[in-house]
Amino acid sequence: MNNRLVFGTLFVAFIAYSSQVYTSGTASMQTPPMSDEARHGQQLFQDYNCIACHQFYGLGGYMGPDLTNVISKRSGAYSAAFIRAGTATMPNFGLAPDEVSALVEYLRFVDRTGTYPPEEYEVRWTGVVEQADDPA
Amino acid sequence: MTNNEEHLGGIQFMRLGLLALAGGMLFGVIGGFQFLFPEFLQELLFTKTRPMHVSLVISSIFLIAIGGIYYYLPRQCNLPLFSAKAVSLHFWGFLITGLAIVGCYLSGRFGGREYFEFPPILSIPIFLTWILFGVNYFMTTRQDKKSWPVYYWMWGTGIVFFFITYTEAHLWLIPYFRDNMVREIMVQWKSYGALTGSWNMLVYGTALYLATRISGCEKYARSKMAFSLYFLGLFNLMFGWAHHTYLVPSDTWIRTFAYVVSMTELAIFGKIIWDWRGSLETWQKNAHCNAYRFLIAADIWVFVNLGLALIISVPAFNLFTHGTHITVAHAMGSTIGINMMVLLASVFFVIREELPNEVHASCSKTLRTGFWISNVSLAIFFVALILAGVGKGIYDGASFQEMMLGIRPFLLTFAVSGIALMIGMWIILWHGFRLLGLVRRNAVNSRCIEQSYPVSLQDDQKAFRPDSRGDLGAPIG
Repeated sequence: MNNRLVFGTLFVAFIAYSSQVYTSGTASMQTPPMSDEARHGQQLFQDYNCIACHQFYGLGGYMGPDLTNVISKRSGAYSAAFIRAGTATMPNFGLAPDEVSALVEYLRFVDRTGTYPPEEYEVRWTGVVEQADDPA
Repeated sequence: MTNNEEHLGGIQFMRLGLLALAGGMLFGVIGGFQFLFPEFLQELLFTKTRPMHVSLVISSIFLIAIGGIYYYLPRQCNLPLFSAKAVSLHFWGFLITGLAIVGCYLSGRFGGREYFEFPPILSIPIFLTWILFGVNYFMTTRQDKKSWPVYYWMWGTGIVFFFITYTEAHLWLIPYFRDNMVREIMVQWKSYGALTGSWNMLVYGTALYLATRISGCEKYARSKMAFSLYFLGLFNLMFGWAHHTYLVPSDTWIRTFAYVVSMTELAIFGKIIWDWRGSLETWQKNAHCNAYRFLIAADIWVFVNLGLALIISVPAFNLFTHGTHITVAHAMGSTIGINMMVLLASVFFVIREELPNEVHASCSKTLRTGFWISNVSLAIFFVALILAGVGKGIYDGASFQEMMLGIRPFLLTFAVSGIALMIGMWIILWHGFRLLGLVRRNAVNSRCIEQSYPVSLQDDQKAFRPDSRGDLGAPIG
């Protein structure tokens, strides 16, 4: 009976916690609206399984570079050239011009959501890190 | 299916799991070399080999763990399965869906998110077969009127939370999540963290079940320590995922809370196995020499991974380890070193129970060789990944290619030790696959004999069937 009680309590806490994560915990201040073109680019990113090699916020594959801020660190034209021509490690997927443009638009959308790796942050004595682009 | 054959569904799952693992390791080795030499096997791009490797290895964890549950409940816990037909349906559903996913990957048809890259429509049969498994499990275990041992709790929790977290992994299909990059990435990794926790529940439940059976002492499975482990594991499963997303801009309380939750579950798990090992008599270790050997290997890997897990759980260290190969070392060290060693212990425990006369053959020199090749090469593999991760973490230049060149010697060591790891594991998997096949054949042959000689030989066979502790030829009549 005690075991059921502990399980039940944890389960209720899990539901409350999850609902916080789904709403206010992730209501980032820096969420730009997603255009239809960016949404198309997002689907292409998944259709070609780009995450197998690339990362966003350090999450994904390790064969290629992290793309979170590729637009602001390089440029849209630079990214488009790479996608169109491929590289020694990335094949040319033969994308149509509108697909390349959609992918760049998606990368532009991602770029506006935050900075990775964080450039402005503070490490507390407890080991906790506070980043400049965390929501207040 | 007769009662005597109910456990064969479990054997089928285990054999398929061993095959999936053998295939997963092959794709892992191919992917490892493509990492270094992108022109290697260009027809099979890294975008295909990576999901093939990950999906096959994760499937093997589920298949072997599920196989164990389907075997142990009717064969050793005296709980006839609620529906043997559902086991068969589950198996074929798993196999057909798995083949469809493999077909999608190899033909380059993606569309899903990382780790579930297949078109999301294929998740429907996965949900349906899981519901079938869950209903069968709970309807079977409810026949046990006594208070549940901890492994029933762990298996049940793994089943329920797989369902919840797999659903959560598909929330990106809803625009409310998909259109907010931060929310989408946080929820995605929340689900992956808990999903790993759900299969850990199945695997750790199996480890505690084996510890109980090998020692012949039920007290471990009902001890306060075991239940403390279980609830800590559950706590971690629910709230301990956020070390994956420390660097995603989100509310600070999420990462602080995850940091506090940390990874205490592994320490207690290690302690239980450690205590259990000390309590075993020599004859018990010898009787289950293979299962015992794999459990001890898992125990050592628990301690190794615990150290690494604690380091990457501290946000200040995570700043440097996140997005590097150190995370891969942690994932692979846990998957192969802990999960696979426990599940191989389960496979060889079943073999010992069903084929007591084969025990010496299955303790053969080749199996021991496979064990040592796997563990030594895994250690080299693990260290090489950590060194590659340190190289990436401390690199402060702007060129990705320059960074990759700097860590190339470590990646080469990782790829070569991956081949050795695959060879070692294949030796073990071949033994397991072959002997489980023999278990199946024996059961089918015994049914033929029973049909030909309905009374006399049946009684003879029952009289010399090994009992649940696996004592050779112990008369039970």
